Amino acid sequence: MKFTYPRKAAVLTVSLALAFSATACNRGGDEAAEGSASATLALSTLNNPFFVELRDGAEAAAEEAGIDLEVVDAQNDSATQTNQLATAASSGTDGVIINPVDSDAAAASVAPLIENDIPVVAVDRAVNGAEIESLVSSDNVAGGRQAADALAAAMGEEGQVIVLQGVAGTSASRDRGAGFAEGIAEYPNIEVVAMQTANFDRAEALNVATNLLQANPDVTGIFAENDEMALGAIQALGERAGTEVSVVGFDGTEEGLAAIEAGTMAATIAQQPAELGKRAVEVLDQLLAGETVEETIPVPVTTVNSENVGEFTE
Amino acid sequence: MSKVAAPTAPKNAARGSRVKKFLADNGALVGLFVLGLALFIATPDFLTGPNLLNIGIQASVIAVMAFGLTFVIVAAGIDLSVGSVAALSAMGSAWIFSQADLPGWLAVVGGLLIGALSGAVSGFAVAYGRLPSFIATLAMLSVTRGLTLVLSEGRPIATAPEVSFLGGDLGVIPMPIVVLVVAGIVAAVILNFTVMGRYMYAVGGNTEAARLSGVPVRKVLVTVFALSGLFAALAGLLLSGRLDSAQPQAAVGYELDAIAAVVIGGASLAGGVGRISGTLVGALVLVVIRNGLNLLNVSSFWQQVVIGMVIAVAVGIDSLRRKNAPH
Repeated sequence: MKFTYPRKAAVLTVSLALAFSATACNRGGDEAAEGSASATLALSTLNNPFFVELRDGAEAAAEEAGIDLEVVDAQNDSATQTNQLATAASSGTDGVIINPVDSDAAAASVAPLIENDIPVVAVDRAVNGAEIESLVSSDNVAGGRQAADALAAAMGEEGQVIVLQGVAGTSASRDRGAGFAEGIAEYPNIEVVAMQTANFDRAEALNVATNLLQANPDVTGIFAENDEMALGAIQALGERAGTEVSVVGFDGTEEGLAAIEAGTMAATIAQQPAELGKRAVEVLDQLLAGETVEETIPVPVTTVNSENVGEFTE
Repeated sequence: MSKVAAPTAPKNAARGSRVKKFLADNGALVGLFVLGLALFIATPDFLTGPNLLNIGIQASVIAVMAFGLTFVIVAAGIDLSVGSVAALSAMGSAWIFSQADLPGWLAVVGGLLIGALSGAVSGFAVAYGRLPSFIATLAMLSVTRGLTLVLSEGRPIATAPEVSFLGGDLGVIPMPIVVLVVAGIVAAVILNFTVMGRYMYAVGGNTEAARLSGVPVRKVLVTVFALSGLFAALAGLLLSGRLDSAQPQAAVGYELDAIAAVVIGGASLAGGVGRISGTLVGALVLVVIRNGLNLLNVSSFWQQVVIGMVIAVAVGIDSLRRKNAPH
């Protein structure tokens, strides 16, 4: 292509202007960073009350620590999350808190961050196969065992149980399921008669539980790997929920706690999502200050039943 | 010799072709019957009154959604937004009741209006904006899901008692089944006994020919998408009635089930062919597969495999029939 002089000059001017504005931007960014660090919270989804609470906890802690926290939502898509982390890295974030959509896929997406010495903290779900600084999460295996104990207690330590599983392949589902299986095995008079996935989804749990109850009419206990599915199962049980059949959920969401107060749900294993978010930000803050942190930071889970539900709903 | 053979041959052929025609026209129904028979043999829990009611209830949301989609597919379009429109309508309805503190009947009417309006917007984009329906409704899918999340802030919202009533019981009959039947009758009447219904077949059969014969093609397109949105909204209210709340992630992926139901029911994605009764059967096939495999405690991963194969077989039979059709 042949440029005329005026056009050449124009191109040159525009390029120079772009170059200047780009450096100006960078300088501006650096100056802003001196006053307050910036961090990115990359969530798997905001389509779920649990992660909304986690975000709220993180935002509160960030405000306290003077961290400028940008929250991005991957809408449960690993590819979107990868893109968001790439954007975060190029926009000069000082640290990243990631809640992976997929623990395995996340390794590749945090690699560029680690290469650029940007500290990465995982929250709620681990990142497999990457050298991240720390994992802040609930102890799901212990929680699964606690759920087994709570369900056994509610059922009088005997009877048949249905398990509603979460999204296959997620560590939450795997760990809770493993903990529950371990815990329930200690009750010789309790038999798990059916296990099906309802993908952590309330509507799906309603249908799946309804179908399973047809095949297993004598069931007196249901364990759901999250509260959403537990609420679907309660809907499927109708008046039998809380009277003939005990339901135990996991997460301790607002609606889950309300169901315990209403007597339709026997117990839930409350994670503390806001606490998870808060701890993750605190850990990142320590990292940004140059301190060393523990590789895994467990946030306790608690069994919530009718006796102590008041402490969780205020 | 030929004198004796001649009269019998056509008779047999006629009978044969009549059986063939019945099978071809009601392939999905025959499939449903075979499926039911197999499950009846496989598990004693299948053919019980309560389980059959379950199947009806579980089919209701997808079937109602698919009824609306049938209009669009008959008119040679596609509506990918039905699941998200259902979610937005349910969430909008719950918002009207819980957040805006308006009466429950207004929540029902408002929810339905949101659906019809969303559909009409897609329709305008297709009819006047000349967007392919695939694209217009894909955009609408994203917009409505986004608005659902905006309204809900990612949290479930309590729904109006009038909406919960849709998920409850009317005496001994579950309300979702009542809604399913009424919606089916209304949809069938629109498609078979109104001028607009005739126009839908005409537009789907050959848009240019329809236009030249004076069919108001654009109006027909806006109408089919508005109807699709309206039925999706009703499905959304039904779902939130069953769950007693509007969920931000409700009905994700339901558009695929609805399309599958319409296609298994014998409608052609090329347009011009399709019946409401077929769509109902299609929805029942999907639900019976899921229900039956649950009863047999087969993992839901296999359910997806089986449903995929059923869709492929249904469409395969349909295109073979089209190829062999005498006219």
